[in-house]
Amino acid sequence: MGKLFRKIFLVDLFQGLWVTFRNQNPKYIYTEQYPAERPKVAERYRGAPRLNINPENGETLCIGCNLCALACPEGLIVVTTERNEKTRRKELTTFTYDTSRCMFCGLCEDACPVDALELTQDFELASYTREGAIWDRQMLEEGPKPTRYRC
Amino acid sequence: MPESTFLDSTELVLNMGPQHPSTHGVLRVILKLDGEKVNGTECVIGYLHRGVEKIGENRTYQQFAPYVDRMDYVAAVSNGLGYCLAVEKLLNIEAPPRAQVTRVILTELNRIASHLLWLGTHALDIGAITPVFYCFREREEILKIYENYCGARLTTHAFRIGGLQYELYDGFEEQTKAFCDMFLPKVDEYEELLTNNRIWVGRLKGVGILTGEECKEYGVTGPVLRAAGVKWDLRKAQPYSGYEQYDFEIPTGENGDTYDRYMVRMQEMRQSVRIIRQAVDKIPSGPIMGKVPKVIKPPVGEVYVSIEAPKGELGYFVVSDNSTQPYRLRVRPPSFINLQALDRMVRGGLVADVVAIVGTLDIVLGEVDR
Ligand code: SF4
Ligand code: SF4
Repeated sequence: MGKLFRKIFLVDLFQGLWVTFRNQNPKYIYTEQYPAERPKVAERYRGAPRLNINPENGETLCIGCNLCALACPEGLIVVTTERNEKTRRKELTTFTYDTSRCMFCGLCEDACPVDALELTQDFELASYTREGAIWDRQMLEEGPKPTRYRC
Repeated sequence: MPESTFLDSTELVLNMGPQHPSTHGVLRVILKLDGEKVNGTECVIGYLHRGVEKIGENRTYQQFAPYVDRMDYVAAVSNGLGYCLAVEKLLNIEAPPRAQVTRVILTELNRIASHLLWLGTHALDIGAITPVFYCFREREEILKIYENYCGARLTTHAFRIGGLQYELYDGFEEQTKAFCDMFLPKVDEYEELLTNNRIWVGRLKGVGILTGEECKEYGVTGPVLRAAGVKWDLRKAQPYSGYEQYDFEIPTGENGDTYDRYMVRMQEMRQSVRIIRQAVDKIPSGPIMGKVPKVIKPPVGEVYVSIEAPKGELGYFVVSDNSTQPYRLRVRPPSFINLQALDRMVRGGLVADVVAIVGTLDIVLGEVDR
């Protein structure tokens, strides 16, 4: 009798649909409308690298100590310096960072004694060419400029 | 493959993979079929080989830590824990208590994440589409905790030799507790969908039986071993990272079939929540990094340290020659050793069961090939 009742009134079907509808709650929707809405990544997110500059005079914070290049397991950072004869200090000349080989482990960031190198919250690193993935000093200071789409 | 198999007119040789959606990566299984029946298999692995062990010999101890995340990328945190414990033992140091408790919380979360991914994809292989979406939804919460904690979601590099690099963020306890509260009813929901489902039971019960004795012969560990009724869990057998302080049970099965392995993993997720709840309540204060020299040069010697990763016993064997790089580094990956038993489990079964059995072994090809 009970079996027949369940069959006629499709009880099992409604039970199943109840599970489905229970999960339609907007609280449970995780789909991100990516290009239209940028996801908010965590504060500690390890994304695009940035070489910080002193906001007051625009000079780089990097002291050219080469520690980041030594810490990197992939050896993808190349730092060159020049000795300034007047001030007798090392000055940074070039800084290249190959994002195509980087695994964003954060070891270089940890190694930097003056917090010049930092992994930021930018995550759009794609480029049309292989060379475009190798960032020079200017690019590292300015950060990536991804296209902003509006829908 | 021997020539003679091709002369036998009733035997058919079929390649499953490397591009097969239910091999969970790039695994090639050569099936010898007699009609629907499987007479034997041969696994071809190595498509994802990156030479991780060799890379380890050419990197300093700290530099190698991010690479271990890329073996079992589903359970990267557990891999990191095993490696850090091995090097710490070599250096004869221990992580401070705060770091140890944090490590336990993060690895148990990782166990849940790994089991959720397994459940979703395994159900997908069997033909149930719904669980995968639900599982990934809950896994997302765990990945958010990781992202907040260390800045990466999958290849986390969360632990460092001697402790932790990052201090816990504000709201970590609340977020973890909220996850635990939210998650337990969800496990019941998955069980509601699957446990008594007629198709699910029909496809899994009595399929791919591996007895406890056979498991021991093959060296199979983890949920596969426990489903065969052997109560063996390294967290209890040789506690590391302070696991002896927590109160939890080792779920076991009886028959060692695919269904029991499913039940064991479901129970393990509940036990993990139990451990996390105990651990979150007693995170001690104090330093998070032990006294580790800047340049790690362990004394000459060798250690083997194994932990209970979500997939089984994950061991690291490190040989030091008193230089900054390991002289030899060997990984004992659970997936690779569990995969050996595939032939034994599949033989005599049907072709359709191969998919269920590969799924139930919970292999990750990044770890099998390294
Ligand atoms: S994040 Fe890691 S891989 Fe990338 S540059 Fe820094 S140290 Fe090297
Ligand atoms: S470690 Fe910091 S200061 Fe030193 S070279 Fe690298 S970015 Fe510059």
